[in-house]
Amino acid sequence: MNDMTPEKKPSKLAKWSRRGFIGAGVLAGGGLLIGIAVRPGNPIGALAPKVAGGDGEQLVNSWVKIDTDNIITAIVPHCEMGQGAHSALAQMLADELDADWSKIRVMQAPTDGSYVVSDTARAFVAPFTLNAADWLEPTWDGLFTQVARLADALITGGSSSIRTTGQGQMRVAGAAARQMLVGAAADAWGVPAGEITTANSTLTHAATGKTATYAEFASAAAEQPMDQTPTLKTPDQYRLIGTSAARTDIPAKVDGTARFGIDAEPEGLALSYAASVRPPVPGTRVASMDAEAAKGMNGVLQILNMGDFVSVVADSYWQAQQALNRVKVTWTQSDSAIKTTQDQFAAYARAIDEAGADGGEKAAGKGDFADAFAKSATTIEAEYKAPYLAHAPMEPINCTAHVADGKCDVWTSTQVPLMVRSALAEATGIAKDDITVHHPFLGGSFGRRLEAVYAVMAARIAQATGYPVKSIWSREEDTQKALYRPAELSRFKAGLDEAGALIAYDNIFTHRNDPAEASVPGIYAIPNTQVRVAAAPRHLPFAAWRSVDHSQHGWFIESFIDEAAHAAGADPYEYRLAMLKDAPRHAAVLDKVAEISEWSAPRAEGIGKGIAIVESFGTIVAQVHEVDMSAGKPRLVNAWAVCDAGYVVNPDGFANQIEGGIVFGLTAAMYGELDLVDGAIKQSNFHDYKMLRVDETPAITVEIINSGTVPIGGAGEPGLPPAAPAVTNAIFAATGKRLRQLPIAKQFA
Amino acid sequence: MAKFILNGAQVEIDADPAMPILWALRETLGLNGTKFGCGIAQCGACTVHLDGQPVRSCSTPVSAAEGRAITTIEGVAGPDGELTAIQKAWISEQVPQCGYCQSGQIMAATALLRDNPSPSDADIDAAMSGNICRCGTYTRIRRAIKVAAGQLEPRAETIGTEA
Repeated sequence: MNDMTPEKKPSKLAKWSRRGFIGAGVLAGGGLLIGIAVRPGNPIGALAPKVAGGDGEQLVNSWVKIDTDNIITAIVPHCEMGQGAHSALAQMLADELDADWSKIRVMQAPTDGSYVVSDTARAFVAPFTLNAADWLEPTWDGLFTQVARLADALITGGSSSIRTTGQGQMRVAGAAARQMLVGAAADAWGVPAGEITTANSTLTHAATGKTATYAEFASAAAEQPMDQTPTLKTPDQYRLIGTSAARTDIPAKVDGTARFGIDAEPEGLALSYAASVRPPVPGTRVASMDAEAAKGMNGVLQILNMGDFVSVVADSYWQAQQALNRVKVTWTQSDSAIKTTQDQFAAYARAIDEAGADGGEKAAGKGDFADAFAKSATTIEAEYKAPYLAHAPMEPINCTAHVADGKCDVWTSTQVPLMVRSALAEATGIAKDDITVHHPFLGGSFGRRLEAVYAVMAARIAQATGYPVKSIWSREEDTQKALYRPAELSRFKAGLDEAGALIAYDNIFTHRNDPAEASVPGIYAIPNTQVRVAAAPRHLPFAAWRSVDHSQHGWFIESFIDEAAHAAGADPYEYRLAMLKDAPRHAAVLDKVAEISEWSAPRAEGIGKGIAIVESFGTIVAQVHEVDMSAGKPRLVNAWAVCDAGYVVNPDGFANQIEGGIVFGLTAAMYGELDLVDGAIKQSNFHDYKMLRVDETPAITVEIINSGTVPIGGAGEPGLPPAAPAVTNAIFAATGKRLRQLPIAKQFA
Repeated sequence: MAKFILNGAQVEIDADPAMPILWALRETLGLNGTKFGCGIAQCGACTVHLDGQPVRSCSTPVSAAEGRAITTIEGVAGPDGELTAIQKAWISEQVPQCGYCQSGQIMAATALLRDNPSPSDADIDAAMSGNICRCGTYTRIRRAIKVAAGQLEPRAETIGTEA
């Protein structure tokens, strides 16, 4: 049995439970409200009208409502973008509450300061510390500095929802509500609370034969005292946690009723539609606009030069886009010296050259690299290049905005609704309290919807025209005018001793974003290492892209380790295993993937297998990929993944995330590349920014090891990093060709 | 004026004949289950049936529907709302992640199984390769099609919720 109970291992969980603030209040009409907040003060009175349902539905605490028919609604603060967080968070709450899963519903928490999950944000920004000073870590890039500037954050990302909000809030909320229901029943029945059992949303006292639904005692529970640190279940007591409970959001996603941001149709609003074009090169603006050819086209209402973008507002999105295509816009010149992909990599190479043998910022290291390198029997060097990438979620970027009477309402798909609200306040001059951000399901995100600019655009258009407006970006706009996974160049130097063991390791690259450990080969026992950063200009703005720095460094490191194994004449699996002698969890994961992939079995001519292991977001994932090179170009045949996240809350949901992470990683490895031409992105849509399709996807096997380690790891991102290196390592195994540049497919065209 | 049958009912709309069916469905007729993904018939998110054949509604003008029958995701279930075998398999195999592309995936799979009730792996690949899933649910899509075709048993281990 796994040991992940906070009672036995207090660490973060118990700390967060204590940090929780629990309050109670009675709603108008006699309903019950039991509140568990995560910051001082009791927000519940103001909260009730925002989340309470119809007649008789009772808010049992700020995360739970119970209706008269015993339907229980979990109110979850994180967005649902396909990662299954809505369902898994409800599952954690329902387990502690002993609720009937078939009668659980999920509600997206409103964008309200009361639902800020500061522990999540803090863990996201500064993992493994609750020290607020770490928020202000000045060296982080992009998102993380933006988040750190916020006093309060409501954010979904970093593969963090389950391991922060789930463990720290939802379980506590469920357990607290259960205790209060039990207390109310004990008083009414005149029996000791300890004799009352709960299951399937029902209270039972066996000795007297009394039984009642939760709904019957929901309001009486209001009078009960509240325990700020209710006893949580131990793993042997779980009924739902650890099971593959069916996701609550899936039925609506098979019958067309699921509503995404782009589907917003606010009641009572006659929408107009906006199509917009933004500058092709970052940092430039509109120089001139000639809209003559678009004026008078069917449906066109207004053509706007907003300075930083141009919009056409029309009766339909299609009419707006047709008209926009006929508006001639010229843009100001960029002062960036980087115009092409070659310029970008030349700038990186120059910075690394200038850093020399031991320059640059020391990011990590131990031992004495120079001395060990000088004494090495064999040395190897390699340089890898990873391209710029876009997120390309299936739902194009969009926002519906209504600005009137000093108030602003927006409907949009976002990972950061409160950041959106702050940005809207700044852009419109409307007070935050008068801004409401409605955020339905996200049609994918992967880090794309961590910015507020598209919501601000919509609100500015609505403000300028006076129309309630649905602003939609074309696929081309999203491909070319977004934020991007950075291109990166990484150089390695290593020394091996007579036995082939890696004794000296040097790595230098140009940017360190997040997570900080992504570029550190920390899982391996290498005695002398140095990891260095030589800062270089980057032409495109940074985005956190699924697995962030692990997306590049996982490939860099696991490719280079493979090169070391081959230089040593060793089997790549056994070579890694030998360096994991002090890392038993990693070794177990690696062993298991070798076993299920039949690593040691003989391989047919043209078939290669590659192996890679990366720990990211608290989860260790090893993969073996099998590639058929017999036709002279790669065909992905099989992928095996073994994962240790400590403990998995929903195994099927976790496996689905790992499968998705692998496909995302394979798409990038095979096809992902954005080229710069005249400072702008060349690729525009799925014909030239290709995605892996079903006929190219390998069979995927996922196995989970519940090692019981706490805190538990994430699911959304860790499947991605090992995919690319396992494939390029497999190609090397089959062909002897070492790929040091991505994407793969064009090198075999 | 364009006249066509939409999910079994006669409709008449006042729309530019060149407007893609996608936008007429979403903005004129208020049927939001069909999705905009790329606008150039590359991703399949907008797939609907036109006289039973899967088409990319983002690139098929309203004029092409004149006098014909359009079926969207809202129209595939039975008259009593009972889900089709494909929709049920999509639930039993827990296929969707974000779900945005799944209307199009289900429309493509529905046409496949109607024409070919027992498809091979190659048949599935051929019929479904026009539909991108950025979440990467392809292995589950394959399995769900086989479940719907009766070639595989549905997964038993998931604990269900009442619809």
